[in-house]
Amino acid sequence: MPRARHLAAVPANERATDERERSWQRRRSPSSQSGEHPSPAPRALKLKLYRAMLLSRRLDERLMALQRQGRIGFHVGHRGEEAAIVGAAAALREQDWLVPCYREFGALLMRGAPLATYLDQMFGNEADTGHGRQMPDHFHSRAQRCLSVSAPIGTQLPHAVGLAYAARLKGNDDVALVFFGDGATSSNDFHAALNFAGVFRAPVVFACRNNGYAISLPSSRQTASDGFACKAAAYGIRGVTVDGNDVLAVHRATRAAIEAAAAGAGPTLLELVTYRLDAHSSSDDPRAYRTDAEVAEATTREPIARFQRELLASGELDAAADEALRAEVAAEVSAALDAAQARSKPALDTLFEDVYAETPWHLRDAARDAREGSAD
Amino acid sequence: MEMNMVQAINAGLHQEMGADPDVVVLGEDVGRVGGVFRVTQGLHEAFGEQRVIDTPLNESGILGTAIGMALYGLKPIPEIQFADFIYPGFDQLVSEAAKYRYRSGGEYTVPMVVRTPFGGGIKGGLYHSQSPEALFIHTAGLKVVCPSNPYDAKGLLRASINDPDPVLFFEPKRVYRAVKMDVPEGAYEVPLSQAAVVRPGADVTVIAWGAMLYEALAAAEQVAGDDGIDAEVIDPRTLWPLDLETVLTSVRKTGRLVIVHEAPRACGFGAELVSLVCEHAFVHLEAPPRRVTGFDTPFPYALEDDYLPLAHRIAPALRETVRF
Ligand SMILES: Cc1ncc(C[n+]2csc(CCOP(=O)(O)OP(=O)(O)O)c2C)c(N)n1
Repeated sequence: MPRARHLAAVPANERATDERERSWQRRRSPSSQSGEHPSPAPRALKLKLYRAMLLSRRLDERLMALQRQGRIGFHVGHRGEEAAIVGAAAALREQDWLVPCYREFGALLMRGAPLATYLDQMFGNEADTGHGRQMPDHFHSRAQRCLSVSAPIGTQLPHAVGLAYAARLKGNDDVALVFFGDGATSSNDFHAALNFAGVFRAPVVFACRNNGYAISLPSSRQTASDGFACKAAAYGIRGVTVDGNDVLAVHRATRAAIEAAAAGAGPTLLELVTYRLDAHSSSDDPRAYRTDAEVAEATTREPIARFQRELLASGELDAAADEALRAEVAAEVSAALDAAQARSKPALDTLFEDVYAETPWHLRDAARDAREGSAD
Repeated sequence: MEMNMVQAINAGLHQEMGADPDVVVLGEDVGRVGGVFRVTQGLHEAFGEQRVIDTPLNESGILGTAIGMALYGLKPIPEIQFADFIYPGFDQLVSEAAKYRYRSGGEYTVPMVVRTPFGGGIKGGLYHSQSPEALFIHTAGLKVVCPSNPYDAKGLLRASINDPDPVLFFEPKRVYRAVKMDVPEGAYEVPLSQAAVVRPGADVTVIAWGAMLYEALAAAEQVAGDDGIDAEVIDPRTLWPLDLETVLTSVRKTGRLVIVHEAPRACGFGAELVSLVCEHAFVHLEAPPRRVTGFDTPFPYALEDDYLPLAHRIAPALRETVRF
């Protein structure tokens, strides 16, 4: 059943802004609302999630630094959102589909993609299977059933519905997990996709990373509703708010949504409440729209330190093992970065290939002209 | 068997859906009622609601969902009720369908056929008359097809369904029930990117597609009788990627070119055709290429026949081009 919430009786635009702001502040530190009595996660799973989060964090740090040095053109990372991204992706089964937006490289890696798959794309080098056509963080990988990232906000949501519909038509029990930010809930395709998924009862899990911002805009400028999960009710689908900084809660809630979808119970909208610690991207300066104090406060709740504390407290990890793990991850990232940086640019001809299955005459002409350096 | 274009496309859809369980149809009112022009009639009964899918009213949802189906390996045939209503789904076509193969290096492809009734001539006014082909020709990664008769419609539909890339399939609704001809019952393909020389001639090349082909042919007959002008009329059938060779062969012979289209003139496909001919066959031209097109206005209701480039506007252009 959709989680019922009482919407304010007064029109949203008449509600006092500061009251709405307070409500958003509260949402940033929700108690976990999914899985009331969860069975404990096995230690192996916890350590797998922890390692994946460390790997994401390390990559983010190194990539942002490389961007500053001019070694890569751009980076849009997920520092602070590792639990939401890694936790949800880890809940996917082999046959399921990952439909990412630009902030989920950690999900691709969680699905088992080699670091090179991601990093060759970051450098747009000759080994990138997208031939350096897209800007950094616009990855894809069929081997991991991960669709291709595009920049327009929201367009990937209906794709997840189509994938899921197709899977069911073919008699398969694949589920599609689609990621998007809170800003994307204002897009046309958010509405289209949730509506279609509801009507078709398509096996889709909609994972909204509510990281508090869409570039400079706080979530309160995206919607007058009380959060995003409640929007599910209007589409007749389940909506669940999850503490997106609690990796185990995210994993549990996503797994439950996937299992429900696979069992024919239709789609779920998950709102993973988290916080974007870094700037929107390497091109953004967040000091114009949020205070250092706010970021410092959010940092006390950031997911990796939190999970580390839990693992150390439970004895499932000790300080020495933690240290070793971090060193191992750092070395792995360094080696992969070195390899990706060393590769050359894609060949000129790749510019004209893959527009169509067969390259038509006008693109063959253009390729020839480009090779010969002809003016037209 | 004698068929009009609606019947021919309908027969083609029955055939392709019967032969391949991966072919699905989706759109507004395509199911029980068989589409507002009845092109999908009978499919619902024959193949069931899972494969003939009545969707909510949202073109971006229709096209985005179809893209997802195609990415999975189905061959979806989304219908947009009128080409005039394709714009809410424009982003999905231009940003997604057109670019998926390119951006994934061919790991993912979008083999879908977007069917949509197109063009004027049914007193549809601003929003049931448009010819937006140029917008999609301008988008790398899309193919654009526009049949002018029932035989080509069925054959081009099969070729489009079997094509591995996204195809915009514009169905001239003025032709839907106006033209009847013999259409084979069996499956056959009219290959994409092959133009047809519909009327051979020596004096001037006329390019027209969809409903305007018939106006071009009428104008050609008019000037043949009145002025002894022998026009060669070409139907590109697939607008993009274009069969330029057939066009150039003709222009090299006639030295003259007139292009007819319903869409507005500015940046219409006619402009591209003129440029291509100038780039590739300039020395063969005896006269400036001419365009006879819709006006650079919205498509009008009461004055529809004044807006459309009908035969009485084409014939003078043919005369002037030949006498230049
Ligand atoms: C259709 C469209 N409009 C604008 C942009 C520019 N843009 C890029 S990211 C972004 C904010 C997205 O915010 P959200 O969906 O919350 O995701 P987040 O970046 O916070 O993860 C905007 C406006 C875009 N990419 N696409």
